[in-house]
Amino acid sequence: MDTLTAARAQMEVSLAFHMVFAALGIGMPLLMVVAEGLWLRTGSEHYRHLARKWGKATALTFAVGAVSGTALSFELGLLWPRFMAFAGGIVGPAFALEGYAFFVEAVFVGLYLYGWDRLAPRAHWWAGIPVALSGMASGVLVVAANAWMQNPVGFRVVDGRPMDVSPFAPFQSPAWLQMSIHSTLSCYVATGFAVAGVYAVGMLRGRRDAYHRSALGIALAVATAAAVLQPLSGDLSARHVARHQPAKLAAAEALFRTRAGAPLLVGGIPDARAETVRWGIEIPRGLSLLVAHRPDAAVMGLDRFAPADRPNVTVAHLAFQVMVGCGFALIGLGGGYWLARRRGQAEGAWLLRALAAGSPLGFLALEAGWIVTEVGRQPWIVQGVMRTRDGVTPVAGVPATFFGFALLYLLLGVALALLLRRLATGAPEPAPLAVPAPHAGGRRVA
Amino acid sequence: MSPENAVAGVTLAAAVVYAVLAGADFGGGIWDLLARGPRREEQRAAVAHAMGPVWEANHVWLIFVIVLLFTAFPPAFAALGVALFVPFHLVLLGIILRGAAFVFRAYSPQGARPLLPGRPRPRWGVVFGAASALTPVLLGMCLGAVSSGGVRVRGGEVWIQGTPPWLTPVALVMGAFALAVCAYLAAVYLANETRGPLRDDFRCRALWAGTATVALSVLALPLLRVEAPHLWRGLLSARALPLLAVGVGAALLSGWALLARRFRLARVATVAQTACLLAGWGIAQFPYLVYPDVTVGSAAGPPGTLRFVLWTLPFGMALLLPSLWLLFRVFKGEHLTREE
Ligand code: HDD
Ligand code: HEM
Ligand code: HEM
Repeated sequence: MDTLTAARAQMEVSLAFHMVFAALGIGMPLLMVVAEGLWLRTGSEHYRHLARKWGKATALTFAVGAVSGTALSFELGLLWPRFMAFAGGIVGPAFALEGYAFFVEAVFVGLYLYGWDRLAPRAHWWAGIPVALSGMASGVLVVAANAWMQNPVGFRVVDGRPMDVSPFAPFQSPAWLQMSIHSTLSCYVATGFAVAGVYAVGMLRGRRDAYHRSALGIALAVATAAAVLQPLSGDLSARHVARHQPAKLAAAEALFRTRAGAPLLVGGIPDARAETVRWGIEIPRGLSLLVAHRPDAAVMGLDRFAPADRPNVTVAHLAFQVMVGCGFALIGLGGGYWLARRRGQAEGAWLLRALAAGSPLGFLALEAGWIVTEVGRQPWIVQGVMRTRDGVTPVAGVPATFFGFALLYLLLGVALALLLRRLATGAPEPAPLAVPAPHAGGRRVA
Repeated sequence: MSPENAVAGVTLAAAVVYAVLAGADFGGGIWDLLARGPRREEQRAAVAHAMGPVWEANHVWLIFVIVLLFTAFPPAFAALGVALFVPFHLVLLGIILRGAAFVFRAYSPQGARPLLPGRPRPRWGVVFGAASALTPVLLGMCLGAVSSGGVRVRGGEVWIQGTPPWLTPVALVMGAFALAVCAYLAAVYLANETRGPLRDDFRCRALWAGTATVALSVLALPLLRVEAPHLWRGLLSARALPLLAVGVGAALLSGWALLARRFRLARVATVAQTACLLAGWGIAQFPYLVYPDVTVGSAAGPPGTLRFVLWTLPFGMALLLPSLWLLFRVFKGEHLTREE
């Protein structure tokens, strides 16, 4: 394994791991705040139990998100020092602002999770609001850094160094708006359907109480709303990519040859060597319609790019299909639930089974979407400016750290999944969260 | 003041805050690992209780330092990523294991209930303690590596002269020193936040850790003179000496306050001591970020970016400081009001 492959693999593992917790850190606080708000409005205890249970799950996942995020910020320098020497001062402002969002998030997470008995109920609910908002803000801000890598603006290169750097460069990248809408929505989709699946399983096991019913309702309300918006925002992203990163779009669509009236490809396995696609279904003129809104518009294919400048078509295309497929499946699932609910059949065994089976699809789509974005940008680390291989570390020994970290994340993931399962299958418990104080007492701060 | 010096000052200040706050969280893990005697489980519960709500906020200061470093001094960050590839990975291992083990233990079924004496300790506890002890040693070693002179940088290329910089004698002593300081901070804070016999346990531990800190300082000084003469001269320069003098005074005061059972005074003095020593190191090191080739001036990033960091700082702090104040008031306030 050479250094570049190992460094990419370590970055992929670390990001793929972190993304799960980042998405939960954005999605869970919203669910908690909704549940606790319903408790304050209705006084029904089961909403409070839900908020507490979700708070516990958030405490577990937030900590793992925080430490894996820390690992990422070090890894930027450990794996990509030359990239950071070039770009650190350009994307830095996005990360600096994100730092403040992290602070606010971590402070209010502490207040929310440990403050159930210390804060008055309404004050406690208010403590959840900054958690939800700053989680969203940190996602949007880090995406600014990524958007700049997709679509770099706000600097000039002189002798291989950035000059005339605008401090707002990451926020000026035209990719930022679409990407932050699409990726923020994806966090709500992924979290919502994952949570819904847990409670669908509980109901299938016979626990059809108000607690489970409300949990399913809250999670699916958030998830379905976001899922319906997702193709619309994905369309915005796709049209932006067609304009600014045509190689990525061509790879995602496995469009080998430039043509007018390009078809939309559904499924299919691309063969990059033969430049063909097997077993795909073509919708005539679909792609031209989608990206240019004209049935006979020309769409650039991979033949416009030197072989060394093409991303991996197979990976990009399959990941794209997985994301879009999951996206439509989830809309069907969410829509199905709300229709059944209107007919009073929301607890049918088949619906619950489908919800349980669909539980991981949101996260699958989210990871797949990032693969489209990041693999589709290759071979560039900064599109058109710096190649990934020019950014990588000169240190030997990256394969060892890659295997070590992959193993570490695997073990942590398994341990966490087991803990969360025990948490989920336990009865609703209103017991206090923290290890009991060695000295009793405390003060309420209203 | 030039913008790069101002940002370097902010970075040093953030590192000091990280040391004073998160250092105690690492120290808590050390005392969890070393919990002894009949009140073993109460000691562990006190550590978990003290850390629970605040450790993640404390941890963010490290992220802030890293972000400031790569935003304002990109070539320095790149050089450290290459030169300290191994110890930084070990630091990450420690940080990941410590954080994960702490919450895994707190939320695993045994951890959620009182830790009864005599019960087998959950395995995550050992991981938590060991990782808490390892991480500050490694961070101290990395700090030492920056001063050791073994990291050379020319034209963006990094090479190592002699022993790996983080294994030089200076780095090893800094690692041990960081460990002792963390243990000391935690024991002093915990003595403040507990009562009765538990408080005596932590007072006794604080006295031991304090003695170790002083012993290591006495050992470090002659070593610096031989191994890192630039740092030695810097420490004795007019810039750093007053700060160091205050630090030594605070150290003596905190020891006396512990003996006299003036716990709040001991806490204030310990914070002052740690802050002065670390800030003194930073000022003695100035203008070098990585001695001898990377300085604050030579590594400074784009001027617009530096100004962006400085201009957003007041707004960020206006958001952050009241939040932190609220957090500490809710979870640490009772100890202040209930102490006679
Ligand atoms: C729950 C997750 C999810 C779902 C259901 C979808 N996406 Fe997505 N997609 C993401 C999660 C995601 C993502 C992980 O969040 C990405 C990666 C980068 C980004 O901005 O969002 C992404 C990227 C992404 C990109 C590349 C953007 C870029 O590289 O700048 C395109 C073109 C689409 N998506 C299009 C779609 C379409 C047409 C969908 C129709 C259903 C769709 N996505 C559903
Ligand atoms: C190169 C990529 C990334 C880096 C360097 C990074 C860095 C970090 C760091 C340092 C933390 C810890 C902050 C804390 O203690 O609270 C963190 C947490 C977090 N990150 Fe990332 N991050 C990256 C990618 C992402 C992405 C893509 C998202 C979202 C779309 C995201 C969202 C979050 C959120 C919400 C948290 C809060 C912790 C949690 O809720 O689990 N990050 N990240
Ligand atoms: C700012 C610094 C960043 C750097 C240096 C960086 C670099 C890279 C590199 C080199 C890869 C490997 C690509 C491949 O192997 O094909 C990668 C993958 C990835 N990146 Fe980025 N990235 C950065 C920021 C981000 C951010 C902010 C996000 C999310 C918001 C992100 C999400 C991802 C994901 C999910 C992958 C995995 C793709 C895969 O599985 O192949 N990255 N990144």
